[in-house]
Amino acid sequence: MAALPPYASTPERIWYYAFRIICAAVFFFLIFPLMVIVPLSFNAVPFFTFTTEMLAFDPAGYSTKWYLDFFTNLNWQGAVWNSFVIAFFATILSASLGTLAALGLSRPSMPYRTLIMSILISPMIVPLIISAAGMYFFYSRVGLQGTHLGVILAHAALGTPFVVITVTATLVGFDNNLIRAANSLGASPTRTFFKVIVPLITPGVISGALFAFITSFDEVVVVLFVGSFEQRTIPWQMFSGIREQISPTILAVATLLTLVSMLMLFALELLRRRTERLRGIKNT
Amino acid sequence: MKSFKSALIAAAVASVAAGAVTSAQADTELVVVSWGGAYSASQQGAYHDPYMAANSGVTIVNDDSSNAAVAKLRAMNEAGNVTWDLVDVVAADAIRLCDEGLAEIIDHDKVLAPAPDGTPASEDFGDLIVSECFIPQIVYSTTFGYRTDMVSSTPTSVCDVFDLAKFPGKRALEKNPINNMEWALLCDGVAPDQVYEVLGTPAGVEKALAKLGTIKDNVVWWTKGAQTPQLLADGEVVMGSTYNGRLFSVIEEEKQPIAMLWDWQVFDLDGWIVPTGTKNKAAVMEYLRFATDTQRLADQAKFISYGPARKSSAPLVGKHATLGIDMAPHMPTDPANSKTTLLYNYEFWADNRDDIDERFQSWLLQ
Amino acid sequence: MQNSASAAIVTADGQPLKVSLARALRRQRMFALALVAPLFIFVAISFIIPIADMLFRSVENGIVEEILPQTVKALESWDETSGELPDEAVFAAMVADLKVARKERTNTKVGQRLNYERSGMSSLFRGAGRKAGRIKEAPYKEQLIKSDKDWGKIVTWQVIKQFSPNLTPGYYLASVDAMQTPEGEIRFEDSEKAIHTKLFIRTMIMSVVITLMTLLLGFPIAYLIATQPAKIGNLLIILVLLPFWTSLLVRTTSWIALLQQQGVINDILVFIGIISDDGRLTMIHNATGSVIAMTHILLPFMVLPLYSVMKTVPPTYMRAATSLGAHPWPAFWKVYFPNTVPGIGAGAILVFILAIGYYITPELVGGTSGTFISNRIAFHIQNSLNWGLAAALGAVLLVIVLVFYLLYDKIVGIDNMKLG
Repeated sequence: MAALPPYASTPERIWYYAFRIICAAVFFFLIFPLMVIVPLSFNAVPFFTFTTEMLAFDPAGYSTKWYLDFFTNLNWQGAVWNSFVIAFFATILSASLGTLAALGLSRPSMPYRTLIMSILISPMIVPLIISAAGMYFFYSRVGLQGTHLGVILAHAALGTPFVVITVTATLVGFDNNLIRAANSLGASPTRTFFKVIVPLITPGVISGALFAFITSFDEVVVVLFVGSFEQRTIPWQMFSGIREQISPTILAVATLLTLVSMLMLFALELLRRRTERLRGIKNT
Repeated sequence: MKSFKSALIAAAVASVAAGAVTSAQADTELVVVSWGGAYSASQQGAYHDPYMAANSGVTIVNDDSSNAAVAKLRAMNEAGNVTWDLVDVVAADAIRLCDEGLAEIIDHDKVLAPAPDGTPASEDFGDLIVSECFIPQIVYSTTFGYRTDMVSSTPTSVCDVFDLAKFPGKRALEKNPINNMEWALLCDGVAPDQVYEVLGTPAGVEKALAKLGTIKDNVVWWTKGAQTPQLLADGEVVMGSTYNGRLFSVIEEEKQPIAMLWDWQVFDLDGWIVPTGTKNKAAVMEYLRFATDTQRLADQAKFISYGPARKSSAPLVGKHATLGIDMAPHMPTDPANSKTTLLYNYEFWADNRDDIDERFQSWLLQ
Repeated sequence: MQNSASAAIVTADGQPLKVSLARALRRQRMFALALVAPLFIFVAISFIIPIADMLFRSVENGIVEEILPQTVKALESWDETSGELPDEAVFAAMVADLKVARKERTNTKVGQRLNYERSGMSSLFRGAGRKAGRIKEAPYKEQLIKSDKDWGKIVTWQVIKQFSPNLTPGYYLASVDAMQTPEGEIRFEDSEKAIHTKLFIRTMIMSVVITLMTLLLGFPIAYLIATQPAKIGNLLIILVLLPFWTSLLVRTTSWIALLQQQGVINDILVFIGIISDDGRLTMIHNATGSVIAMTHILLPFMVLPLYSVMKTVPPTYMRAATSLGAHPWPAFWKVYFPNTVPGIGAGAILVFILAIGYYITPELVGGTSGTFISNRIAFHIQNSLNWGLAAALGAVLLVIVLVFYLLYDKIVGIDNMKLG
């Protein structure tokens, strides 16, 4: 499906362009919903729709008051604070535990690898509503329900599979002779770890941590159950906002969050390129 | 990088610690759970602000979790860590919480202030004390509102909701059997005093569902009280049920072309319960004595159109705090509005809710 | 590296090499395990035990015996199929239990539990707590029945006896709309009351529809991306990753703004005159809304595995086929497509697993016809407080997901799971 060869027949030409149009439509379907909320979030009236003033590009139809509301409303401010605190600690926890585990899993001597791997990855597979229900019941029994610690532990559990997977991936095809070489050249195990292994896994750890962070930052089902009003995060606040009273403040928040995800994506792309360069893989 | 990280952690730890210190400095912090929005605002204006002004040692913190209160209280109780001090719930939830032992039993005459004329609290509230754990606050009703510009004649009866020929268009009903089943039976010719007798039989349930079935295709089902006013204001429905206070604000405050249909409104109660195991029991009781006295209950009606639960408060209901209109005619309990009413049947629904709800939800799926 | 003859070789410290090697290997194994252990323990405590606890709740039923110990014991000798009421001793035990329960405020709790099995138990036990206190002496049977005629019904006692054991299959039966009669037979509810099977089936059907939709939309773009030069391909993949990285709630919110009756799509359709202002389409708060929004949300999970498989299919295959005289379409269908099947399998199962457990999006845009079994589970946790039933429904859902997970493992292998 590269370029259209000059000898292509008419049906082939039609199909070539039709196919491109279909693909363009699918890409439009993917991206349009994310873009449409941006102008809507500057709506002057409290509805989710374009007004005639907006379509006429009348400045009176636009307003930044929903952004102002977001930055001044205490409920939202609390949510922003909670989101960052919870995601930060959950990420630290899952990144450190996940990296250690990935190092262990990647060792050739690891016994029961498949079984252990499937257990460690299970938080990613089990439907969130079931994880949330189980954690809600159990955390209630032990007094963690409705506490920041409870939500952090829950989110860390949900985030670890991503760290395990990304770090393991950076170690796939890792040449163990490198370690042997380092050892035989007289490097201490600590030195080998920091000089050989760490540079190699750092991109994996960072991208795993980013995954873990965004998992916690976006997560709503578990926080709805395990958390309480005190632990409300941005998605928690958005969810109850949509159910209770729809206000364009939610659209303003959505626009800001889309911006955050763009930054995340950008960071990941940079990391990917760096890894490829480091490992000497050519862009194919 | 390293120092940046540790600085971040230090900052986070410090601010968490700072939060702990400030809360410890106040003498008492009461966590009051309520519904949020306009309702919490009315409680803030009528109860919390005056109380905090008079008692400098008390800080009242709002937690808008009443809609999840029963499940959360059960979880807290299992964990033995009750962090709430006072919870605003509807009467049916209060009964359930009391049944489960999650709410304290209240000696109403001991805890609450008597009426100004000395009538003991239990008499002043009368039979609105539907559970020994429950302290009634307001009487509200679930009733209908309709778009005045979208109907050809004025609806006068709840049965007009079921009349698609006279009033074409969509209706908003709650996604819940309670109230809808009663209205359906009333409009299907069941005598008002026999509604629950009929509804208690499987045939009665089917009868009610059959009646609801006649308008099923034209119903938008709501789950939150704010939805109906929104649907009415957007013109997505012609008429819809919701809480009378929500309709009041969309009619009087937002000036939308909507009017009330009070026929067969269903009265329900909302009030306080004290969670079993609260750490500030004495302080809560003191607050309750203030917040549920005759004047305070009457004051709440300045902010929201719900009727005070004390008989002695009714004559004190005045004008709206910002609109300046007389609030008495907007009370569901006003004689002109309450010619035909039902009272939420707590006992019936406590027994049959799960069963009828299952049938109702399954009917919705058909 | 070592052959059997090397067993005799001895290391510098005098150990046989085999022993020394085995020891070294064991040490390495222990070291690898030690690295994994902290996470394993953490996941076990914060995740696995809670799930196990949920499974336990779905059969746990200690409450009846705990609150009515004497009655449960006395009922042991009663034959529930005899067609006769229990004897005086059972009634005496019940009155004694109720007096204690009233003091501890637990009579209503057991009433709540039994009300799940039979409507009316809640008020029977609430009333009985008060009334039993007035019964001072025999005959207990006569007085208790006088206080509430339900105590004179055999079925009341049958239910109590049936739910006396500490473990019950009752919640699982309820989760498939069945119940056990006092005679021990399993009876299914009439189809009009059968809500859970209906919801499970609907959840499956909608998940299949969503999976097919993502395949239909995802296949062409995955193919396009895979066959483009790296520069353009990378750019296009970013268009897939951007929604993937955007908050679920942001995307759900956008679809509300797009699909609602006063929303963007209806506005455009009215503006260009396809529909009239009165004829606005209902595209949200129903099954359509759930399918559209979830297809959008899950599409990247289809495209990414498809893309990674397609990238490995050499373009020379197609060229070879066409140069040998095959028309492009049969060439694609016979040569290219079979090579992409692993990607389709991986993507389809992944999307299906994710869709079947969805909660947030159906809750917000599903209305009545677009809700999933998850929404019912949440309802039982938060509203009806029937936690046992919620746990049983969750367990059934979990089993379904695990079956598909094993399938995924067979096809793709969890070790090969890739992200972004």
